[in-house]
Amino acid sequence: MNRQARKTSFYAAVVLLVLFSFLPIIYAVITIFKKESELFTPGSNPFIYEQGATLEHLTYLFTNTQFPTFLWNSVVIGLFVVAITVLLAVPAAYALARLTGRWGESSGMAIFLVYLIPPTLLFIPLFRVVVWLNLANSIWALVVVLPTITVPFCTWLLLGFFRSVPRELDEAALLDGCSRFAAFRKVVLPQALPGIGACIVFAFSLSLSNYIYSVTFVSESASRNLSAGVPTELIRGDVYFWPSLMAATAIVAIPLGIAYGLLFDYLVRGFQSAESG
Amino acid sequence: MNAPSTSTRQGAAVPEGLRGRIGDALERPGVLGTVMLAPAILYIVAFVAVPFCIAIALSFSNATVGDPTIDSFVGLENFRAVLQQEAFVTALRNSVIVTIATVVGIVVLATIAVELLARDFRGKRLVQVLFMMPWAMPVALSAITWLWLLDSQFSPIDWLLLKVGVLGPGGPLGPAQHMYYLGREWLGLGSVVFLDIWRTLPLATIIVLAGRLSIPRERLEQAQIDGASFMRILFRIIVPALAPVLIVAILFTALLVIGEMSSVALLTRGGPGHSGQILPYWAYLKGIESGDLAQGAAISLFLFPVLAAAAIVALRFASRLHRD
Repeated sequence: MNRQARKTSFYAAVVLLVLFSFLPIIYAVITIFKKESELFTPGSNPFIYEQGATLEHLTYLFTNTQFPTFLWNSVVIGLFVVAITVLLAVPAAYALARLTGRWGESSGMAIFLVYLIPPTLLFIPLFRVVVWLNLANSIWALVVVLPTITVPFCTWLLLGFFRSVPRELDEAALLDGCSRFAAFRKVVLPQALPGIGACIVFAFSLSLSNYIYSVTFVSESASRNLSAGVPTELIRGDVYFWPSLMAATAIVAIPLGIAYGLLFDYLVRGFQSAESG
Repeated sequence: MNAPSTSTRQGAAVPEGLRGRIGDALERPGVLGTVMLAPAILYIVAFVAVPFCIAIALSFSNATVGDPTIDSFVGLENFRAVLQQEAFVTALRNSVIVTIATVVGIVVLATIAVELLARDFRGKRLVQVLFMMPWAMPVALSAITWLWLLDSQFSPIDWLLLKVGVLGPGGPLGPAQHMYYLGREWLGLGSVVFLDIWRTLPLATIIVLAGRLSIPRERLEQAQIDGASFMRILFRIIVPALAPVLIVAILFTALLVIGEMSSVALLTRGGPGHSGQILPYWAYLKGIESGDLAQGAAISLFLFPVLAAAAIVALRFASRLHRD
């Protein structure tokens, strides 16, 4: 193969990959601005606007539904889950990587086993815990429960991270007169920042994504998040508000997709250290 | 040099009294380790370990939503009852099929995506952004996007197939004008698999790419100089070096897929009939919708031993490959 042909086929493959991921979202975006009359005309071209575009579905989503509330709830839940996850997982991972000796060495596996317990198994007993804590039907139920998914995952990710930081660094800090905790805070922690960044992204994404807890623990619509709220609010029996549903999807996917895309190399680096540790 | 005393180590901190003694204790790795580990352990015990035990207790009881106390022990009765439901057997089969099919698709596509994204090219940032987008959506919203793409009447895929003559009178899949993806058993399951591949590919690619970029460049360049073809380099050097990370990617994908009910709950609702049922959704329907907490727990407990065994074997294998 000559160079030109090789280059062309490489770009063709890249385009195919992007279309695979992005085409459904393009179609969702096209749908947002379609007039209802055109949307449900059998045989009309689904990819173009034959009768012109409209903003009515987008305004409907923001003025006549609780979508803004769902969006706000999701953001608040996400931020709290991220904060709890980082506060619990960072010290735990460091302790397992450096301080607990032999006991900590096989802990990677143990953490993974916790992650293996499926939410479908836990949601029935957890519902009782939520009721007992008097948190049912509030966003705090999800703030308390969702770290069960993110803490094991992020501890595992960070464990590899801390193991990949050379031990000589903390030993040198100890010799320089730092306390053990100061050695962790001033020397090891800055080295692990990419890993913590990856954890923040993953924790936020996992908290947003969870469906089963969101649906079962919160049934009051004012406290629901995107996962639980959008499907119930915009699907009424057999009536689907398609353009508004697609708007809800795109509004979440596009900004987050951009954020994750720009953090891509960072995430890869996060996993690189986790895997080599 | 003299052994440093605690007071110099802590700088201006109070050397004596309670604070000094706590400081001393925290210098011992075991003590500091326990203090740093405790919050996470306590949280996991309270919100995972205890509920897990309750779930096991539930599966051996006769608790329902109406009478949720775990007071009578019925032994393996729930498991026996669950096994006799046709829907359960179908759900078990489908869960296994969907997970395996997704994992196979992910391994193939992630290997390809990684080969593309490991290079530098113009517009790479934009490609990364567009490529990550499916993973940025909550699963329930991805499912809704696909619900609309696979709509029985207005699917744009049907429209394209009709235009190129695959559907419609005279077409190989005709004369019907629609595929009814979600209304047929195998097409419905296939749609679920497709959605699962679509939404988990970005994560799997990141995991594998991390491993791919750790392969020393010199090794690849040397092979190229020696005249090895691309395919030879791919299968002789890249794939074997990627085996441990591929296992991690498989594990993550499988876990994300096997426990997720929203893809099925929103796409096919386990239908037609129960032919497209999967375990987590069946557990939800039994445990919450029908109020039979005990059977719901028994259904979701079924896969745990298998999953745990598979994960331990996979992780052992991955770490052994890593050391070589």
